[in-house]
Amino acid sequence: MLGQGFVAAAAISASVLFILSLGGLSNQEKAKRAVWYGIVGMAVAVFFTIFGPGIGNFWLMAPMVIIGAYIGYEVARRVGMTEMPQLVAALHSFVGLAAVFVGLNAEMERARVMAAKAAGEATDGFSAFAALVAKKAPDELMFLQVEVVLGVFIGAVTFTGSIVAFGKLAGKVDGKPKKLPGGHMLNATAAALSLVLAIVYLSGGGMWPLLGIMVLAFFIGYHLIMGIGGADMPVVVSMLNSYSGWAAAAIGFTLSNDLLIVTGALVGSSGAILSYIMCKAMNRHFVSVILGGFGGTTGPQMEVEGEMTAIDADGVAQALDEADSVVIVPGYGMAVAQAQSSVSELTKRLRAKGKNVRFAIHPVAGRLPGHMNVLLAEAKVPYDIVLEMDEINEDFPETDVAIVIGSNDIVNPAAQDDPNSPIAGMPVLEVWKAKHVFVSKRGQGTGYSGIENPLFFKDNTQMFYGDAKKSLDELLTKIE
Amino acid sequence: MKIGTPKEVMEGEARVAMTPDSAMALQKLGHECAIETGAGTKAGFSDAAYEEAGVEIVKTAAQLWKASDIVAKVRPPTETEAKRLRKGQTLISFFWPAANEELMNLAASKGATTIAMDMVPRISRAQKMDALSSMANIAGYRAVIEAGNNFGRFFTGQITAAGKVPPAKVLIVGAGVAGLAAIGTATSLGAVTYAFDVRPEVAEQVESMGAEFVYLDFDEETQDGAATGGYAAPSSPEFREAQLAKFRELAPEMDIVITTALIPNREAPELWTEDMVASMKRGSVIVDLAAEKGGNCKLTVMDDKIVTDGGVTIIGYTDFPSRMATQSSTLYATNIRHMMTDLTPEKDGVIVHDMEDDVIRGATVTHDKEVTFPPPPPKVAAIAAAPKKEAPKELTPEEKRAQEIATFKAQTKSQVTLLAVGGALMLLLGQIAPASFMQHFIVFALACFVGFQVIWGVAHSLHTPLMAVTNAISGIIILGAILQIGSGNWIVVVLAAISVLIATINIVGGFMVTRRMLAMFQKS
Repeated sequence: MLGQGFVAAAAISASVLFILSLGGLSNQEKAKRAVWYGIVGMAVAVFFTIFGPGIGNFWLMAPMVIIGAYIGYEVARRVGMTEMPQLVAALHSFVGLAAVFVGLNAEMERARVMAAKAAGEATDGFSAFAALVAKKAPDELMFLQVEVVLGVFIGAVTFTGSIVAFGKLAGKVDGKPKKLPGGHMLNATAAALSLVLAIVYLSGGGMWPLLGIMVLAFFIGYHLIMGIGGADMPVVVSMLNSYSGWAAAAIGFTLSNDLLIVTGALVGSSGAILSYIMCKAMNRHFVSVILGGFGGTTGPQMEVEGEMTAIDADGVAQALDEADSVVIVPGYGMAVAQAQSSVSELTKRLRAKGKNVRFAIHPVAGRLPGHMNVLLAEAKVPYDIVLEMDEINEDFPETDVAIVIGSNDIVNPAAQDDPNSPIAGMPVLEVWKAKHVFVSKRGQGTGYSGIENPLFFKDNTQMFYGDAKKSLDELLTKIE
Repeated sequence: MKIGTPKEVMEGEARVAMTPDSAMALQKLGHECAIETGAGTKAGFSDAAYEEAGVEIVKTAAQLWKASDIVAKVRPPTETEAKRLRKGQTLISFFWPAANEELMNLAASKGATTIAMDMVPRISRAQKMDALSSMANIAGYRAVIEAGNNFGRFFTGQITAAGKVPPAKVLIVGAGVAGLAAIGTATSLGAVTYAFDVRPEVAEQVESMGAEFVYLDFDEETQDGAATGGYAAPSSPEFREAQLAKFRELAPEMDIVITTALIPNREAPELWTEDMVASMKRGSVIVDLAAEKGGNCKLTVMDDKIVTDGGVTIIGYTDFPSRMATQSSTLYATNIRHMMTDLTPEKDGVIVHDMEDDVIRGATVTHDKEVTFPPPPPKVAAIAAAPKKEAPKELTPEEKRAQEIATFKAQTKSQVTLLAVGGALMLLLGQIAPASFMQHFIVFALACFVGFQVIWGVAHSLHTPLMAVTNAISGIIILGAILQIGSGNWIVVVLAAISVLIATINIVGGFMVTRRMLAMFQKS
């Protein structure tokens, strides 16, 4: 058995390694090394905790770790890059569930110790966490209960919320926002009830109020995420990411484990920042995204003038042939149509002809922060031609052809031109400044926000109707 | 339906209303095509090329007029041609209905439907069939070429071993379609180009093409092009005076002047007076695209080129499009093809003459034995002048400084408030919480700070790997389960075991998938 000193030292090195691993993600090359820091950090942390003081039941732990590792390996090996959002959501739900279990366990252990103390029995017979609890002073135990409530509540919201998010992203649950009658009042009532139960629990109510809080939190998580629509998922997923971190941190307080606290805080702040970036990219308030629905309009929207003109693959091929610089703007539609490899092939052929081909990625394109980058990377598009909005927006006036594939709201000029538009003020990619714009789109419908896109009616815009993959494959036959 | 194109009978007209390409497109709409033999020769399209495109070659004009349901041509019909029209037949051509009333009545009396390509309304939807624009575009281009042909120097400035050549200075008056085309051509040849128009809202277009817009020092309500269907309207005498004064100032400097100012259904305004011509340098060239309507310069002789006593060449040709017959036929035939596309909505070769449609209604001058000219104003307005944007107010340095200080103060205030509130809360917490908790809390607060600092540095493109890594490390919750699994309570043991299982899935799955993703990011 290793002593407490070893465990503490391991915790410090693991914390440092985790921080390095996150910090290394500042660029693609460093990141490949950084992920190893994370792996080593985790191995150190787990190893020293297992062989630390007061741990038992190795016969049960070992198979669990082995089975879990096998499942994790298989899942990670098989998952497609378009399914990343689902996978991330599913993994969040695991953290949430584990937090709930650990929180409940803590309460049971506490109750056991308290009962033993009340009966006047000796407390040195306890093992594992119970032994730790036995040493705690009464005020510490009081705080432990507060921490348990927080851990269980946040964990439970994360669990059901992530499951619903998973369902929506995987297409197993309808992506449209749905609310039970009563809407947010139900959530508010559930939250208020949880508070009441928390007070009951803290004043000695035992296990049942805690389970009640858990059930209520399950409901809140479910109902909250059901009310949020598909394109807001980047915010939801990063929010749940944040919650899973805070849940881990709360459990860290319960167990007096600094490593859990540090890691939870890192994950929590990471998710919070991602949510902030996403909200900013949509020019919306976090609260309004979570409560669902777009902000109200302040007046009549500008009328759209002109008409949509269609173009066929020949026309696009000819324009591409004459172009020197091409910018491709991918959106969720590209992922849905699985068109990324065709896009990559097109890029390769155009680049072989000496044309300057680049990609413009809007922060909220796709269903996960950075989703488009991963899809393009998988399709072997080199990352140095995949640019962020701020890097490329100024270049559109010098661009010959802009191709919009499966995105809508993020290229909507109304965000800049029409102060009455629901998306007014949202930063958008200024594709309409390019000489020609081709929009690959399935039909004439509107985007997620349900607003008309004046881009499609501009004189320099032509619509390339049809499924993105089929359209692009047809286009590829025309480009040698 | 059978679409037929006769040979143009007008002297010197080289254009043709159907090309092999357009014929193929028309056949896709379900129509048959026919052409009089030799109709495309002057435009560079042989009978063989037409035949290859599936067009029937007809020997004489009379046969063609008889066989066709739709006759597409360029010039307005002559009287002989108009007499050949019959009931139910459709004629598509330039018509100039305001000037050709008798011809229009004749066509109406024959019961034919006449579509005048020059009457297509100027709305964005109809741009693809706006033959006036496509012809004006060619005229603008050709005007510059003709000017260059008669101009004894380079357009572009050069520094050669034999000395320095200054660039030619070109002034384009009227920035309509022809004017803009002329600007584009002149600038791409390397000339220093100036342009003037009575509608100041076109200044942006002019400048975007690389020319300098000549502003007048004159304050008048600006003309809104939309009110006059996208064309210029006559201006007030005061404005005219200011304009002429400006031209007089520019005239001695300019090497080439191209005037394109036309006002619908009016005599062309005189903009380049005789004294301006006299003040120009010897060897300068004037191309007057308004020659057909009397010319913007009164010295212009229609359809001819003259040289003044001062050595200034004035070109008054009116057949610029016909001088580039291949190009103009291609564009005109495409305009016709677009018109046919609108007339054949089902693409089944059946003409639906929808008089409710703005474009078709506007262009139709006779229909059902009636003269339908002039059309009612279109429901859609022409491209309007952009409402004036208010320029952001320039701030003086003092104001800027004051603003900076104000923002700094506001920031300081909000930060200090936040810190104070946070400090107070911590103090409060410290009062009630046990010491051990506060120790952990310090760790927590610091970790949050570190987290915020580190995450801001993460590249946006790596946000998905970031989420996967945070997924993996949030599996650290396994430590909690490990700490509890040795418990004496079997429920605790079971729950802890499940937690160990799912947390391990998280850890391994998260790290593995991150590695997989990062390996995909390849540099080119």
